[in-house]
Amino acid sequence: MIKHFLNNDKVFDTIVNIFVFCILVFTLYPIYFVLIASFSDPAMVANGDIILYPKGINVEGFSYILKDIRIWRGYYNTFMYTFFGTLLALLITIPAGYALSRKDLKGKKIIMLFMVITMYFNGGLIPTYLVVKSLGLIDTPYVLIILGSFSVFNLIITRTYYISTLPLELQEAAEIDGCTIPKYFMVVVVPLSKPIIAIMALYYAVSHWNSFFNALIYVNNIRLYPLQLILRDILITGQTVDVTTTDPEVVERLKRIAQTIKYGVIIVSSLPVLVMYPFVQKYFVKGVMIGSLKQ
Amino acid sequence: MSHLKIGKENTLAVNILNNRAKKRKKIIAYIRKSWILYLFVLPAIVYLIIFNYIPMYGVQIAFKDYRASLGILGSPWVGLKHIITFFDSYQFVQLLINTLALSFYGLIAGFPVPIILALLLHYTKNQRFKKLTQMVTYAPHFISTVVFCGMIFILLGNEGVYNQIIEILGFDKIKFMSKPEYFRHIYVWTDVFKGMGWSSIIYIAALSGVDPQIHEAAIIDGASKIQRIIHVDFPSILPTIIILLILNAGRIMSVGFEKAFLLQNNLNLEHSEIISTYVYKVGIQSGQFSYSTAIGLFNNIINFLLLILVNKISKKITNIGVW
Repeated sequence: MIKHFLNNDKVFDTIVNIFVFCILVFTLYPIYFVLIASFSDPAMVANGDIILYPKGINVEGFSYILKDIRIWRGYYNTFMYTFFGTLLALLITIPAGYALSRKDLKGKKIIMLFMVITMYFNGGLIPTYLVVKSLGLIDTPYVLIILGSFSVFNLIITRTYYISTLPLELQEAAEIDGCTIPKYFMVVVVPLSKPIIAIMALYYAVSHWNSFFNALIYVNNIRLYPLQLILRDILITGQTVDVTTTDPEVVERLKRIAQTIKYGVIIVSSLPVLVMYPFVQKYFVKGVMIGSLKQ
Repeated sequence: MSHLKIGKENTLAVNILNNRAKKRKKIIAYIRKSWILYLFVLPAIVYLIIFNYIPMYGVQIAFKDYRASLGILGSPWVGLKHIITFFDSYQFVQLLINTLALSFYGLIAGFPVPIILALLLHYTKNQRFKKLTQMVTYAPHFISTVVFCGMIFILLGNEGVYNQIIEILGFDKIKFMSKPEYFRHIYVWTDVFKGMGWSSIIYIAALSGVDPQIHEAAIIDGASKIQRIIHVDFPSILPTIIILLILNAGRIMSVGFEKAFLLQNNLNLEHSEIISTYVYKVGIQSGQFSYSTAIGLFNNIINFLLLILVNKISKKITNIGVW
């Protein structure tokens, strides 16, 4: 009976649409709720009056957040780590990916093996910590720029991109014309690499922006904290914003709107990603597609 | 006669010499032309040597009593002392159960969902609706773990919106965040929520790669959509499914540190303490470097053995393997 029912394509289409609609609503709602709760009346949010749309518009939470120097500093630090980290990552990944895509590179297999091994084995937390320590990188901004500036997974995507897009004839034609490899790379390969450079830049930038673990392990100085560590203090450990104040009235007020501040912090910290996301989404998807070509 | 013979030998010797010279010339020409390519790869290799291979060498402190003043090489060997201490410790069983529970539960719950989502999206006729849903379901992948865990705490807390909705519907509030028995469900299902869209991309790609002629033939034979899913789409994307299953199974012991660590509190610790968070606490917080390394190494070895095992089973059953 049920089987017969499902075999009807019209019934099937309706069921598909209902399911997809439910998934859409369930995924969108938490994000939407955080947004409306961040500028609604804190008391109404606490009472459960805010479910579907914002009420009692109130930006007090945001005004405290914007006054908090830690958030600004965290933002600045994260921006710097992300910018330089991504730049370094591109300088390492793109040339390496290109070189390893060339058929005429001798010892390519050994180099790839050398790299792939690191995807399955690692020294673990403490041995890595000892290396970073012996390099004198603990409590420096450099450790957060350097760590995560190369990923074998991204290298494989880059290499696959070059293998599947750069025709061998192009390279041979350039060689006949007496073009050297560095010149060929700069004049021919790089201009043809715009899509993969965009994909890699986004992949590395997002992972730097969201990175939390390295800062937790290697940085103790609060002035070097990236945004994510500040966010942990506010969202998870439950510190209030503007911890320097001693005015009891302000402290009391802050306690009352603590939840609203959390909603606001989520919005403020995710803003760059949220704004950029719809425009760059297709690049991320493209990266997955290239990555799946050779698995 | 003999004169001729000598001549032949001579030319042979000359040939060999010539060949060698040619080979050497070839190598020199190759190096002259291509050395720059090795320079291209060099930074990546240096990075891996410093941050992956040297730490691998440093793993030996798992079998030593590491003291900073003596260095890695100078510290005395103690054999399996630390591993045995870990096996004998009262946390061992609980840590192992917690780690395996999160990962197996996560694999079983999280693996089929992206496939189902991909099929649903693939059969959504309205392209705009499909595109919108894709964009929205990919989005949680880009939320940082810290913000995501913060959202879990706020939205599922006692005053959180989900409890308020539960109350409006006339049920009692659920203490999601303070009962250890809920921890695994929350951990796993929020993970499913975060990753399902992103993981579905690969299946959507596989589905759009199915030969349309097979579908046309099936339609002519009178197959309904659901029959086509079962008999055409599913077999076509099965290799993709199996490869991803193997790769996921190989990661079974590497349950994310960040999320478990951030969701931990004193109330749920009995279910939320996993090997990686314990390694962090023992190593970084209490400074027992050797002991912590030994636990991490144990975790790594189990992980690798699982990968090999799953790959072998899959090769036997389906002839598909990662290597």
